[in-house]
Amino acid sequence: MLAKRIIPCLDIKDGKTVKGINFVNFRDAGDPVELGAQYSREGADELVYLDITASHEGRKTFTELVKKVAAHINIPFTVGGGIYELQDVERLLNAGADKVSINSAAIQNPELIEQVARHFGSQVCVVAIDANLENGNWRCYLNGGRIPTDKYLLDWAKEAEGRGAGEILFTSMTHDGVKEGYANEALATLADLLHIPVIASGGAGNMQHFRDTFVDGKSDAALAASVFHFGEIGINDLKQYLHREGVQVRR
Amino acid sequence: MDVAIVNYNAGNIYSVDYALKRLGITPVVTGDPELLGKADKVIFPGVGEASTTMAYLKEHKLDQVITGLKQPVLGICLGMQLMCRFSEEGAVDCLNIFDTDVRLFVPEKHEDKVPHMGWNTLTDVKDGLFSPELENRFVYFVHSYYVPVHASTAATSHYILPFSAALQKDNFYATQFHPEKSGSVGEVILRNFLNL
Repeated sequence: MLAKRIIPCLDIKDGKTVKGINFVNFRDAGDPVELGAQYSREGADELVYLDITASHEGRKTFTELVKKVAAHINIPFTVGGGIYELQDVERLLNAGADKVSINSAAIQNPELIEQVARHFGSQVCVVAIDANLENGNWRCYLNGGRIPTDKYLLDWAKEAEGRGAGEILFTSMTHDGVKEGYANEALATLADLLHIPVIASGGAGNMQHFRDTFVDGKSDAALAASVFHFGEIGINDLKQYLHREGVQVRR
Repeated sequence: MDVAIVNYNAGNIYSVDYALKRLGITPVVTGDPELLGKADKVIFPGVGEASTTMAYLKEHKLDQVITGLKQPVLGICLGMQLMCRFSEEGAVDCLNIFDTDVRLFVPEKHEDKVPHMGWNTLTDVKDGLFSPELENRFVYFVHSYYVPVHASTAATSHYILPFSAALQKDNFYATQFHPEKSGSVGEVILRNFLNL
């Protein structure tokens, strides 16, 4: 039976991991390769590396990092951030990434999804959506949640699927950082609407939140950052817990 | 040991290259029939579309090279599907090493998403690439087409229906999943292949 996936997300700036980290268990928590390898050993099912550098130099550094990750880590990984055109996708896939996550560029230029799917297959094309609950509707945002758009979650996710997205990574800006659980109602609606996997993001604070998004939110995968980085939840412990709760996970 | 990776327009050649280097092997990535013929082991990876890939293999005469190999050969993902008789993907005749067709997954209910993507278990594992302790272990799959369970099935997995997670016939081995992305379980399987 297909397992539900646990996905730690690492934010990268100038080739280093950002966000505070519980340093106790890591030899070099600032080293994204070592941190990813540690998560992999603990049982992470995939990794996401998100480039939050803006500069051209930073892009080159990130591409070099992707090569190192591909050489050292034996589970699939997705890269995102700073992908605006097909050449960016090609560069990152050639560096060894398994999938790319496209966010703002997909909203601004939806044909990019079709181009990526046609050239490299839908399985590499993750469309990331940042949305905020406003008056009962999930409004999509650009540039890491800074710029509102006139697109809404359900319509945009359906359109992205139709254009060839292989997965939807939905981050609830409403739930992100609050640590009171994922946006399970919206996630379940997405799961019923779409025929591609949905990755839940934003809101993980404890182990039950993961169980709830898999069961109530019908999510195929759950992404989290700070609960893992700060050592609040160990991935191995989380897998054992989910198994006891009857959720199919890889152990 | 000389390990050759068949070089063609496949997506995951470098993932396989990296995975072998992690095991201490530096493979040669080549489409040269002579180098492929004299390697101790040959790996035939693949991410892509069946009919365009078969056309490429035929154009470069790699179809005859691969079917003529006598040493252990490991097909991965699309590589495995191309080693079968026929694929529904582009309705194309393939290498006919394994006497079976490749079919498209047809969802039976809404939750049956295609492609089958993620970690799934190996069952009914047979000796060869698999040691008994790999029964019920998870490996990583990404595919929309599948090989039905038949006489050459070396391991089974279940998604919508039981399908071949791995095949074996004579010197030809193949996995539908990606051992190069399947964590420590994948490393055991690659090592078992290298030790054949």
